[in-house]
Amino acid sequence: MAETNHKEETFRVGETELRVIKGGQGKPLLVLHGELGFPGWLQWLDALAKKRTIWIPLHPGFGKTPMASWIMNVRDLGAFYSRFIREQKLAPVDVIGFSLGGWLAAEMAVANSAQFGKMVLVGAAGLKPPAGEIMDMFTMTARGYLNANVVDSRTNPEFAKLFGGEQTPEQFEAWEDARAETARIAWAPYMYTQSMPELLANVSGLPTLILWGKQDAVTPLSAGELYHQKIAGSKLTTFDNCGHMPAVEKPADFIKAIESFLG
Amino acid sequence: MHIMFFTERAYHAVPEDEVLKIRSFFGVSNKFFDAQKGSQLLNEYIDEKIMCDEMGFDGLMLNEHHGTPFCMGAVMDVEAAVLARATKRAKIVLLGNPIPTVANPLRLAEELAMIDMISGGRLVPGWVRGAGSEQLANNANPAYNREYFDEAHDLILAAWTRPGPFRWEGKHFHYRFVNPWVLPLQKPHPPIWIPGLISPETVKWCAHHRYPYVALATLLKPTLEMFNMYAKIAGDLGYQAGPENFGYLQPVFCADTEEKAEELGKNFLFGGGFSHFARPEWMFPPGYNSKEATRRLAAQAANPNLPGHGLIDHDPTSDAELQSLKKALYGTYPEWLRQSQMITGTPKTIVPKLRHVLEVLRPGIFSFWLDGPAPLKDRRRCVELLGKEVLPQLREIGKELGLSDPFEVKPGSRKLSNGKAEAVGRADLIAESTMGA
Repeated sequence: MAETNHKEETFRVGETELRVIKGGQGKPLLVLHGELGFPGWLQWLDALAKKRTIWIPLHPGFGKTPMASWIMNVRDLGAFYSRFIREQKLAPVDVIGFSLGGWLAAEMAVANSAQFGKMVLVGAAGLKPPAGEIMDMFTMTARGYLNANVVDSRTNPEFAKLFGGEQTPEQFEAWEDARAETARIAWAPYMYTQSMPELLANVSGLPTLILWGKQDAVTPLSAGELYHQKIAGSKLTTFDNCGHMPAVEKPADFIKAIESFLG
Repeated sequence: MHIMFFTERAYHAVPEDEVLKIRSFFGVSNKFFDAQKGSQLLNEYIDEKIMCDEMGFDGLMLNEHHGTPFCMGAVMDVEAAVLARATKRAKIVLLGNPIPTVANPLRLAEELAMIDMISGGRLVPGWVRGAGSEQLANNANPAYNREYFDEAHDLILAAWTRPGPFRWEGKHFHYRFVNPWVLPLQKPHPPIWIPGLISPETVKWCAHHRYPYVALATLLKPTLEMFNMYAKIAGDLGYQAGPENFGYLQPVFCADTEEKAEELGKNFLFGGGFSHFARPEWMFPPGYNSKEATRRLAAQAANPNLPGHGLIDHDPTSDAELQSLKKALYGTYPEWLRQSQMITGTPKTIVPKLRHVLEVLRPGIFSFWLDGPAPLKDRRRCVELLGKEVLPQLREIGKELGLSDPFEVKPGSRKLSNGKAEAVGRADLIAESTMGA
């Protein structure tokens, strides 16, 4: 794994013991993981951790943080994290959200843009794509879904580091936890909020960077374009020959884009 | 003993290769459904049930599956309504309504009440969680499957027994006016039986509700273990479980000759049979299983309780591979027989084999299961032999073994002797050869 020291800490949010992976130094940067859970510490985190303290909360119900049964949709989860940010005095915090985590960040920005300093959405769910459909993870195996997340699942070294080799029982269980919790909050409509295009009008004064793989087979690029159109002043950057995981598939370009945006 | 007849009402006109290509009945395109053929088959299956009623079967068992040629009974209650009027004597046993997939359980309470009314009080409703694929077919969130199940169950019973109008403000269901006018004829409500594939959570739930548990063609040894888990919980709750608390479904193929019966039995494996009900990722959608069950499954790709699972770990990529898969699937036939998962023969040879199953499990409810493509005349002959020759003998065996059914002894009414639960069934009779999975 990587050199940067990172460890797991526990924070209380209401009745829930929230587990957070923390590492690095400097101004906090909140990372909201996607629908298959936090995959592991990667190159891009090493790069950013030199200047930022990375906070990666592990969503309730995804295995490590216990499930909170009152959380029944992504907006509920957003309210949970708003409380966490407020109580930890992190606001306004810079945030990066991946896929489901991108949807979560967008919901939180809609509710209260001021809780964030800058926002990065990476292949974010949350919008019904104007063209194409969001790939349905619930009708496939976790492994099949993961492979479809990237353009090349066979030779990419970062992908191999995370998911190479035979699936272990621990991996299976973690993925099943993640899939179950994602079903609880995002079953239907699948992976989006109907009213999101209108709601995004409430994101104001929040510098936003939208990152997308041009060959994203999970959340079609058309959704990224719609985010760009609806969030005032946002910037859309796309990566060639890249699927749903630019952090894994195009780490150097990804790090560069984020560093230049966050400053 | 309550003796029933069951069939999935399969659509066997589907090309077998289409099932084998995806190793799943669920998901085969409905472009292969021929409406003429479907209409003919549905009527034949209804006629068959009427024939069973006339021959003296105690129960006509129906089930429900969606989006699959494996079972055409996607709206079982419609078939039950037809039988309610077209049959005279037999109970109409629904095993079961997949209540977590029903968006409006109050409507279900009304449907069932009408069936009970029209049949003159012959309805036995039952509830299931629904196979994993049913959650996909009905877009019912599998992560809330247990919660939907529990709440829908409570709502249906309340709708039947609590004078309305009343409000229902639950977690998942919300009604401002619960007051169904037509209520079941049977009071306080029809008897409820629960079928299953021996998931411990369901068995436990049944013991708590004193509902008979009907095991659906599962292996004898783990089935008996689950019956005993039920009996132990029953003991803790202060009652002795008896045959009236248990049921068993058994594939049985009967003909005038052994050869013909064997032919029928082999047809049961059409398309991979039960083993290819649905792909693993559709059998176990997200959150459908408890964490404990997920751990049990972690190392397995398919249902380990069925012979022939895991014969191939990928979809066949060539015709040669498809043909070899087919050969391997039909090659599991002796294994099904060896494990008593299927019984074939003439009435004379079948009865001792059935007796063995009854002696081991001691169920008060027993159902024959007939499926697989076969000419109508062979199928009808099988039903006729079962009804006229096998059924009377089974009834005698049931009496001799004291297999009381839920209409003879109220489930949950049996007292404990010396305050302790006695084990049920006869594990000692399970032959070594049929022990393993």
